[in-house]
Amino acid sequence: MIFRDSAPIRDGFGRALVEVATRRREVVALTADVSEPTRVHWFAEEFPNRFYQMGISENDMIGTAAGMALNGLIPFATTFAVFAASLAHQAIRLSVAYNEANVKIVCSHGGITVGGDGATHQAFEDLALMRLIPGMTVVCPCDANEAYDATIAIADYEGPVYMRVGRIASPIIDQGRSSFELGKARIVRTGDDVALLANGIMLVYALEAAELLEQEGVQARVINLHTLKPLDEDAVLSAARECAALVTVEEHSVLGGLRGAVAELLSARHPTPIEGVGVNDTFGEAGEPEEMLAKYGLTVNQILAAARRAVSRGGVVTEV
Amino acid sequence: MQHNKDELQNFAHQIRRDVIRMIRHAGSGHPGGALGAAELFAVLYGHAMKHDPGAPEDPHRDRLVLSNGHICAALYSALARTGYLPLEELGTLRQLGSRLPGHPSRTKLPAVIENSSGPLGQGVPVAKGIAQANLQLGFTGHIYCLVGDGEMHEGIVWESLLSAAQHRVGNLTLIVSYNNLQIDGRVSDIKDIQPLADKLRAFRWDVTEIDGHNIDAVAEALTNRHAKPDQPKAVIANTVMGKGVPFMENLAKWHGTCPTEDEATQALEAIGTVPAYQDFPIMEKAEA
Repeated sequence: MIFRDSAPIRDGFGRALVEVATRRREVVALTADVSEPTRVHWFAEEFPNRFYQMGISENDMIGTAAGMALNGLIPFATTFAVFAASLAHQAIRLSVAYNEANVKIVCSHGGITVGGDGATHQAFEDLALMRLIPGMTVVCPCDANEAYDATIAIADYEGPVYMRVGRIASPIIDQGRSSFELGKARIVRTGDDVALLANGIMLVYALEAAELLEQEGVQARVINLHTLKPLDEDAVLSAARECAALVTVEEHSVLGGLRGAVAELLSARHPTPIEGVGVNDTFGEAGEPEEMLAKYGLTVNQILAAARRAVSRGGVVTEV
Repeated sequence: MQHNKDELQNFAHQIRRDVIRMIRHAGSGHPGGALGAAELFAVLYGHAMKHDPGAPEDPHRDRLVLSNGHICAALYSALARTGYLPLEELGTLRQLGSRLPGHPSRTKLPAVIENSSGPLGQGVPVAKGIAQANLQLGFTGHIYCLVGDGEMHEGIVWESLLSAAQHRVGNLTLIVSYNNLQIDGRVSDIKDIQPLADKLRAFRWDVTEIDGHNIDAVAEALTNRHAKPDQPKAVIANTVMGKGVPFMENLAKWHGTCPTEDEATQALEAIGTVPAYQDFPIMEKAEA
């Protein structure tokens, strides 16, 4: 436990990168003019000879990182989520993923809590865009400690990875004795009436909703699906079988991200109604993070309402 | 080391023959640019690059990153003729299950194909990243990156040109095959890239301009790697699309058109045969 109480998720990445680079000299880092916002500046201070400032050139950065990886380095390429997942998608698809290059793309400023920068800088679709690329591992840690562990895990994993780390300070979550393992969901709370499947900053809201549901006599299982791809299918299928009412909770479009991944799996293996809490199919706007979460429906109350709807349907597939 | 001009010229002719036969056999492909770059491939694989088919993964090897992947028939031919592939494999171009798809795929031939390419411009930063990793890891190889002239329209190329100079990537040579043709016509009519040498110099590259079909000039330009060790190098190779096949020369149509059987025969006759190189066996496609 490096962080206590509350910290920006990106801090977990920045601190862990220094730690992993101390251990592994093939780790290098690149940024596209956002070293401080992505927290890669701590690495740059410690390892100036292994740090590559690429300027405002995300495509160049991703392609360069791919070439470095093809030659034995472990590059961490850092920028904001919109500038990697959207702007540099071709370079990620071709030069990283199709080449099977061992590049780690770590992006801050994903989701709606970017705040006042507005819609242009709010990536609601980055996780979906990355999920669609064959061979890509996609990670969205829930707090700074998990980002720390995830950074070390993805450095040790051989293959392309996209990881989203949030900008705002978010609470540190007690995940008990479960340890971070890529591709393995963490059961943060047990219960059999409804399962709340969440990742990123929304996990803490799901936990809060679960506490309130308990007061209503509803036992909610809360599952941290920090790895969106490969999805922990067993954890999701078990939840569907044992809880029969599911809610996905994500700081992302309800299309193609966590709800998408869960729906794709369950529609084939265990058809189950899914209530999705996330951003609807829309662009964002400028606003304080808390205002944005409220306006776009990413709240404890929305999770509660979704959970109640899911429970009332009782797992029965009906048209809604 | 002095090059053998006749041998390299024969190698280039052999690449041309292979390109025609491969594409004719495949039924589709991109002959024009491949024919136009034959001398570049012959000099790279026959002289300029330090490489060993017996040790393809040598970290100190020189490498070619082909960015304009559509001309890969010439690359496959050069690889086969230098011992990386069985000659008969050239007959599998663009077929299901082949290691030689219509655009190169690194994972099908790791360390032989250095980079997957096709979407234009993308190979330039990859080549630069390989070169920078060489500097970081102490590998001595020189990295060549081949691009087409129309490819210079892609923004990613110019991003990479800037950062290669900024990071003093001196172990990198960009080769521009400049035939002034792209799919829809002349580069100079569509979106002119002139004055290219001046642009590259303004981007702080060491620029040489040559006749891309003159073996001596190509050999000299591609082996001049130690001058200005902190500066990336660009070689503008003026080439002719379809070079060596008169009816294909300077016609944009041959960017991506497969010759008919008669045209292929005419093309092979125009290129001529060299007894030193046996043609690769073309396998008949299995009857459906």
